[in-house]
Amino acid sequence: MRKGIKKIFSYEQFSLVAVLIIMCILAAILAPVFLTGNNIMNVLRSSSLNLITSCGMVLILLLGEMDMSVGAIQGFIGVFSVMVLNATGSVFAAILFTIFVGAVLGLFNGLLVTKGGINSLIATLGTMSIFRGIAYVSTGGVSLQISNETFRILGAGNLGFLPVPLIIAVFIVFLFWFVLKKTVFGRYIYAIGGNTEASELAGIPVQKIKLTCFIISGVLAAFTALTLASRLNSGQPSAGDGFEFNVVSAVVLGGVSLNGGKGNISGAVLGVLILAVLSNILTLMNVSSFYQQIARGVVILIAVYLDERKRKSAEKKLLQAKIA
Amino acid sequence: MEGRQENPIIELQDICKYFPGVKALDNANLQVYPGEVHALMGENGAGKSTLIKVIAGVHRIDSGTYKINGEDAKISCPADAKAKAISVIYQELNMISDLTVAENIFFGNYPKKGKGLVDWEKINADARKILQELDVDIDPMMKVGYLPVGKQQLVEIAKSLATNPKILIMDEPTSALSKKEIEHLYTIIGKLKAKGVAIIYVSHKLDEIYAVTDTITVMRDGKYIGTGKTCELDEPALIKMMVGHAVKNIEARESVKEGHIVLDVQGLNTDHVRDISFCIKEGEVVGFAGLMGAGRTELARGVIGADKKLSGKIYIEGKELPSNSVSKAKAAGIGLVPEDRKLSGIIAKESVGFNISIASLNQLKKGFVVSGELEREEIQKQVVNLGIKTSSDKIFVETLSGGNQQKVILARWLMKENLKVLIIDEPTRGIDIGAKAEIYKILDQLAQKGISIMLISSELPEIINLCDRVYVMNNGRIKGELNSDEDIITQEKVLHLAI
Repeated sequence: MRKGIKKIFSYEQFSLVAVLIIMCILAAILAPVFLTGNNIMNVLRSSSLNLITSCGMVLILLLGEMDMSVGAIQGFIGVFSVMVLNATGSVFAAILFTIFVGAVLGLFNGLLVTKGGINSLIATLGTMSIFRGIAYVSTGGVSLQISNETFRILGAGNLGFLPVPLIIAVFIVFLFWFVLKKTVFGRYIYAIGGNTEASELAGIPVQKIKLTCFIISGVLAAFTALTLASRLNSGQPSAGDGFEFNVVSAVVLGGVSLNGGKGNISGAVLGVLILAVLSNILTLMNVSSFYQQIARGVVILIAVYLDERKRKSAEKKLLQAKIA
Repeated sequence: MEGRQENPIIELQDICKYFPGVKALDNANLQVYPGEVHALMGENGAGKSTLIKVIAGVHRIDSGTYKINGEDAKISCPADAKAKAISVIYQELNMISDLTVAENIFFGNYPKKGKGLVDWEKINADARKILQELDVDIDPMMKVGYLPVGKQQLVEIAKSLATNPKILIMDEPTSALSKKEIEHLYTIIGKLKAKGVAIIYVSHKLDEIYAVTDTITVMRDGKYIGTGKTCELDEPALIKMMVGHAVKNIEARESVKEGHIVLDVQGLNTDHVRDISFCIKEGEVVGFAGLMGAGRTELARGVIGADKKLSGKIYIEGKELPSNSVSKAKAAGIGLVPEDRKLSGIIAKESVGFNISIASLNQLKKGFVVSGELEREEIQKQVVNLGIKTSSDKIFVETLSGGNQQKVILARWLMKENLKVLIIDEPTRGIDIGAKAEIYKILDQLAQKGISIMLISSELPEIINLCDRVYVMNNGRIKGELNSDEDIITQEKVLHLAI
């Protein structure tokens, strides 16, 4: 028993789980509405978008790269997929189009980084602006209404009592947890993030893996866009504004290192949930969204600071053992 | 040796130092006199670095006495040590490459004028003076990043001399120096000695120890083993003290007779090497000798496709290798053990096992998944075969000693099923004597198994004793070939071609 408890405490993400539980308890005390099924499902429904995109972001950050374009892809895909949907009337066509274009946008990011040798933060800041701009230009800034009832299911529907996007998100989370944990591809991602030069010399196809991850990130962001469009029942060129920051903060909060090579999907999931619960508490307590932004920033800074401290002390121990 | 009559300037008695789980120093002793060059020797992990760090105030001692000039040293941080005129030249360069030579020399104590303004004229003038004293031809206004590594090392020495040390500690100071620069270093050491500076000289290289030191203290497993005059300790006796038993010299290998050609390089050009043609037969160990910067490492990168190929052809068992793809070269059976373990070999923040299996994951797959069971088995096999000393394959690879890290990288390639050519760049750099012998044995076994080995080394004894044939490089080109069948390869012959 005692051993079991010790194991729980030494679990890497123990502090994140603890924070999440404490926040839920606090929420239940401060705003009893929090614990109603309706509210919980709402929180999960809106976090499913972040969950899906954060899986791609984890891959990108593990490589030591960055993808700032995921928010803008939401605007871009939102507009064009809805155009396709309205033109064809086929949800299937819209999904196919979304995945294809998401892959192309991701590929474009990836090529800028691998072939172009541009720092990924800068490259994707550039494409972020371009994608968003194209979305605005193509609709003249107005949003496109959707007139397709089946399509509503994707973002707003329920399967039993579970929101459809949540089911999809859970599936994707497990898929990428598996990919990172068990497959060669996942192993290569950690290796590249840990030491790109050594990975290259060990015969790992570094460029190919990076390209693939950017494509995956693009596809996941695009799919999120479609889900969001379905939920909003419209394609909005401004959709997902600032979304990239939410995703990156959640993932970093979940212990994924910006330097690459460290972190995992379960951490990212916890990060997403913590931020979602935080904003839910504040909303339920009628705190203005302006204050919510401040609170979010403070939480992220504290979390990252604590993580950094933990890392430093671990490193110190290692160093001492090594000198010995 | 008039120094002998004086009192020791530095005296460490029964020093113990514990780290979590280990006793790093176990009653270590050291006495150094002014004007003496004192060698501190021992294998990696013997406690030399820890002892140096105790002297330099990086570590605090747990028990024992540390005296300077007969008084309690009272050193508990590096600044204390600096105040006592102790200066350390660490093995790894601590240079800021975007600053000038002069700025680096005075880094941390820039002379000032007025209120907080740096006195640039004085910095440059003083730096020039110090460099002149060392008889080093380096422009103090030059950015350090533009200097070759050997020159940077000399700047590092100048930097520590700028503090006017009475006790100077040099940790493997020659690892980046050419032969000429080493001679130069000896002259500098001679001058410092004459000025009464006590020098603690840490090195693995026996020829240096005999060339430059007066006294030798040997450590093993954190313990003090003994001290003797350099002139009275011969090589076998010294090695015996270091490893605890006598180690034979590098054994010359049985040369391979006839095998078919496995690696055939024809007219290879990259940005760094010119018109390279050579071949390696099955089970042959072929050496690549040359001075630093001769283009050997770059040749290795060219062969595996890490550097862009401009022209030329590379064949593996008659099949042409696709250009510019390390992963395709790997698939064809070429592996590289790189020169700089830390930078381009190990993935430091991952486990020993992760580092071993990373190049062979495709053969450990069951369906889409890396089979944990199969992987553990294979890793364990390598750990046992190569004698990798590690408490578990789950611990971070960076906690291992240099020699064991090197074995991990070797294991990475040995695990690969169809390995045909293994390129090894400086296999024993920064590795202690015991581990060196083991690495040589592994290389020999590999060659006997039919693997073709391309051995790049700056240590001539290694080249001469291990290789069937030797190519000597200079300035990006192959200058000549020496064959052990035709005549004996000697250091003189190699050097003649290399210079």
